[in-house]
Amino acid sequence: MPVDLAAEVIANRPLSADYNVVALAAPAIAAATSPGQFVMVKATAANDPLLRRPFSVFEILRTEDGTPTGVSILSKRIGASTRLLYDARPGQRIACLGPLGRPFTVVDAPADAWMVAGGVGLAPFATLAESLHARGVRTTLFYGARRAEELFYLDFFRALNVDLVLTTEDGSAGERGRVVAPLDRRLAARRASDPVMLYACGPEGMLAATARTAAKHGRPCQVSVERIMGCGLGGCYSCVVPMRGEDGAFHHVRSCLAGPVLAADQLRWD
Amino acid sequence: MRSSVGQRTDMDLSVAIGSLALRNPLIAASGCFGYGVEYADVVDLSSLGGIVVKGLFLKEREGHPPPRIVETPAGMLNAIGLQGIGVRRFVDEKLPELRARHATVFVNVCGTTLDEYVEVSRILSDAEGVAAIELNISCPNIKEGGIQFGCSLNGTFDVVNAVRKVTRLPVIPKLTPNVTDVASFARAAEDAGADAVSLVNTFLAMVIDVETRRPKISNVVGGLSGPAIRPIAVRMVYECRQTVKIPIIGMGGIADARDALEFMIAGATAVQIGTANFVDPFIWSKLLDGMRDYLHRHDIPRVADLVGSLDTHHALTERSGA
Repeated sequence: MPVDLAAEVIANRPLSADYNVVALAAPAIAAATSPGQFVMVKATAANDPLLRRPFSVFEILRTEDGTPTGVSILSKRIGASTRLLYDARPGQRIACLGPLGRPFTVVDAPADAWMVAGGVGLAPFATLAESLHARGVRTTLFYGARRAEELFYLDFFRALNVDLVLTTEDGSAGERGRVVAPLDRRLAARRASDPVMLYACGPEGMLAATARTAAKHGRPCQVSVERIMGCGLGGCYSCVVPMRGEDGAFHHVRSCLAGPVLAADQLRWD
Repeated sequence: MRSSVGQRTDMDLSVAIGSLALRNPLIAASGCFGYGVEYADVVDLSSLGGIVVKGLFLKEREGHPPPRIVETPAGMLNAIGLQGIGVRRFVDEKLPELRARHATVFVNVCGTTLDEYVEVSRILSDAEGVAAIELNISCPNIKEGGIQFGCSLNGTFDVVNAVRKVTRLPVIPKLTPNVTDVASFARAAEDAGADAVSLVNTFLAMVIDVETRRPKISNVVGGLSGPAIRPIAVRMVYECRQTVKIPIIGMGGIADARDALEFMIAGATAVQIGTANFVDPFIWSKLLDGMRDYLHRHDIPRVADLVGSLDTHHALTERSGA
């Protein structure tokens, strides 16, 4: 059951000129969130912007003894709402509704977990990596960005023994190009008898390429989709994705309720 | 009227739409509350005056491709395209839970033909747990659905008249604001036997991405809702109040208790909340508290006493004295 909190901003850490991490005091949400779930956030009580925005829960914040105290969100400044988040001040209150949506299905060993992230699509993988680490699952993060300065939280993932495969579009860190290229090579090199679960979040083109690559190698893939969302609760029907139904045909399904995590092979990739 | 009541919880919030008694005037608007069951986790459905479930045709509909909404100043544009599960699946899959949760269920009925409105209404009349029928003759977003009835006085009369003949449920046509004189449509509905009218549906509108020169929603045009439209909607409710005797259910940009009361003072017996529920799904208890507080401060025991209580005399006096 989701709760709505007027959550106090504990910290706002800029990561670059566009990216930032806002930490919110939200114990009830933190305690109930599973990896891949999201919150609906509104950074102003005024009418512009009017609607909330969906964000994957990035980190679960905890005290030293492990008590959940809040959540953070990873934001990229692209419009009015993310501009407000970029400029958020500690002490300010931000409406935060959650946790919402269907989380990732977390695999167990002996399966390996390969996470594929593009840009701000890194967001759902911090909590997933923690869950995988707790289960002792060998985990790799394929992480692509435009340039080296936009690869964030690498030490966070290293501390969880996550194997990092980095790409940048300008070649300033890791391999030059898109993240799907090394994913494709590694899948090709992997023995068919060794199970692996793919998890992907990022730009639509990257998700489509990841879904095709997973299908090519016969591997299961869970994608976290991002759609324009009005309410996050199934009321408005704005966030639909074409998903295969029991009749084999594609139907519009609300990604806020059926997702945001969906099986890649059940979606239509245009 | 004086009240001897001290406790705010003793304020009487009940209203009546004809023979249909509502525990309070707050109704969730169609298309903004799914089929109601989606919200059962966040709000006690029985605590609302009613819920209007998403528009239903005879058959399932896929709706428009995304993007389906875009934000506007103090509002939003939508063109969902009436995606829906069809009336039979609604009766089988959703209505039992709504009944179990003691929700007062209004069903928004759609049709591409007069016969479809009649058939959907007939099926709902035979189902257990439907309190009223809201006739969607005003969706601006699909070519073949409803609006050809809602933009013609004869069409409005005909669809209300036809549905009236096949159901004992209250029949409430939902009027479009995209006409010159909405009050004449309220009168046509009243003449055809409507038990009430609800208004307004959304205003036909458009948003263009200047950089790409593309429309921001796939349907090119869509319906504008939210606080931006509220003063126009209040004016339309006021005009209808001057014209018809049947109850009016007012809506358009209501975001707090004062907004709701504004519609009631203009002449609405009950109100619907749509877009604001997206912003704050927990809005309902805040609206109820705000209404009780207002009634207490003004020493008005029953919210129904506010309906159509607009004082135009003083406004006119001040104007003539200016």
